[in-house]
Amino acid sequence: MDLARHWRLKDQRYRLEGTVCADCGAKFFPPRQVCLECKSTNLTPREFNGHGELYSFTTLRSAPMGFEDQVPYTVGVVKLDEGPMVEAQITDVNADALKIGQRMEMVTRKLRAQGDNGLIIYGYKFRPETKAD
Amino acid sequence: MKLMKPSRAVGIIGYGAYVPRYRIRAEEIARVWGGAEDGLPIEEKAVPGLDEDTVTMSIEAARNALARAGIAPTDLRAVWIGSESHPYAVKPSSTIVADALGAAGSILAGDWEFACKAGTEALQAAIGLVGSHMAEYAMAIGMDTAQGRPHDALEYTAGAGGAAYIVGPAENALAILEGSYSYVTDTPDFFRREHQHYPEHGNRFTGEPAYFDHTLRGAQGLLDALGFKPSDFTYAIFHQPNVKFPQVAAKKLGFKPEQIAPGLLTNKIGNTYSGAAMIGTTATLDLAQPGDRILMCSFGSGAGSDAFSFVVTDKILERRNKATKTQWYVQRREVIDYAVYARHRGKLVMN
Ligand SMILES: [Zn+2]
Repeated sequence: MDLARHWRLKDQRYRLEGTVCADCGAKFFPPRQVCLECKSTNLTPREFNGHGELYSFTTLRSAPMGFEDQVPYTVGVVKLDEGPMVEAQITDVNADALKIGQRMEMVTRKLRAQGDNGLIIYGYKFRPETKAD
Repeated sequence: MKLMKPSRAVGIIGYGAYVPRYRIRAEEIARVWGGAEDGLPIEEKAVPGLDEDTVTMSIEAARNALARAGIAPTDLRAVWIGSESHPYAVKPSSTIVADALGAAGSILAGDWEFACKAGTEALQAAIGLVGSHMAEYAMAIGMDTAQGRPHDALEYTAGAGGAAYIVGPAENALAILEGSYSYVTDTPDFFRREHQHYPEHGNRFTGEPAYFDHTLRGAQGLLDALGFKPSDFTYAIFHQPNVKFPQVAAKKLGFKPEQIAPGLLTNKIGNTYSGAAMIGTTATLDLAQPGDRILMCSFGSGAGSDAFSFVVTDKILERRNKATKTQWYVQRREVIDYAVYARHRGKLVMN
């Protein structure tokens, strides 16, 4: 079931925790140990606020193993306001209503379950931004 | 009477609701099963998406509550979830939610069970925790993705949704607690044994000796203890397994239809079990004015009621706009048919 691997990924999966370079300010998601810009190893955890714009998307009708019961579903790339590009499933919307450039926000959802007796894996997805008012 | 009130004044400092996007109409369920015996109990109910469960729904309601409270997740000292649809039989939902909020690890976490009053039981405990100075802030969530056996009367009403509350000191509250009261007896009106998928219920036995007896004694007990009449309240919210029960309970107690209208959501989202009274109250807080007094009275089978009296403060005006409102979730809807519903509720055998 690879419990340790899933456990190690929970901070990035649950709340979009990446890293920021203390030397040059570059931000990374998923988190990196070495800065791609300045090669510094002085990186600290940084939780992204989960808002951004839809950069691209596509709908899958046949799925990789573990996701068969979810088809059809949409995956996309969201450019976070804070910089990094994040690839994720898009949820809570019909794909024909999506537009490149539209505002998106992160939600935490069930990514998949390891059968009926295994781990339930939770993580980030994106959906069109909702408004408070 | 046995009023409960902590020595330190406390109140609600943040709240948040969640309802999934999908709806199935009661007439669609009736179409599949050839009609309902006693007419349709509600118009439509909320159905969770394929990627939603009590954990994910709690996370969104809790994030809304934190946004309104304006505190850091690490200020919380408890995340407690009342539900009868925890995704694991063994493994707390609350640790997942606490971690997703960024509230782990100097924190209490636990899952509460008491049919539909598990969430308000957690709220009573949060009031005690903050009221005793053991904590500055504690979160209580009531959330469910209720299941009814296909063709059972419950299938029409078993909905999905709920709400999260953050309890804190009264000085920082958008609604100050005046007191609470609980009434509980052993009444076997509705139950589900371990390893069983669907609950059993006593049909008409669920009404008089269970819902009405406990709801009326719970609410009246609080009114008597505080010396209030129904007319002292601007709004009241009762547990709502259907539309009729809370209307009858309100009338018997002396509340008017307009007092319960803003918090009566069952017709549109179904019975959200542990979430029902709590999300009715978030819908009411979304439109309440400073000075309004609100009664919230839950009911859980088994059986018991928790009743609370809150007075809204001027902090409501600015805080309610800091997160998505309850009616936005209620009105967001994608209607699905019975086949899609069966898929969403795991009623299709894939292998
Ligand atoms: Zn750098």
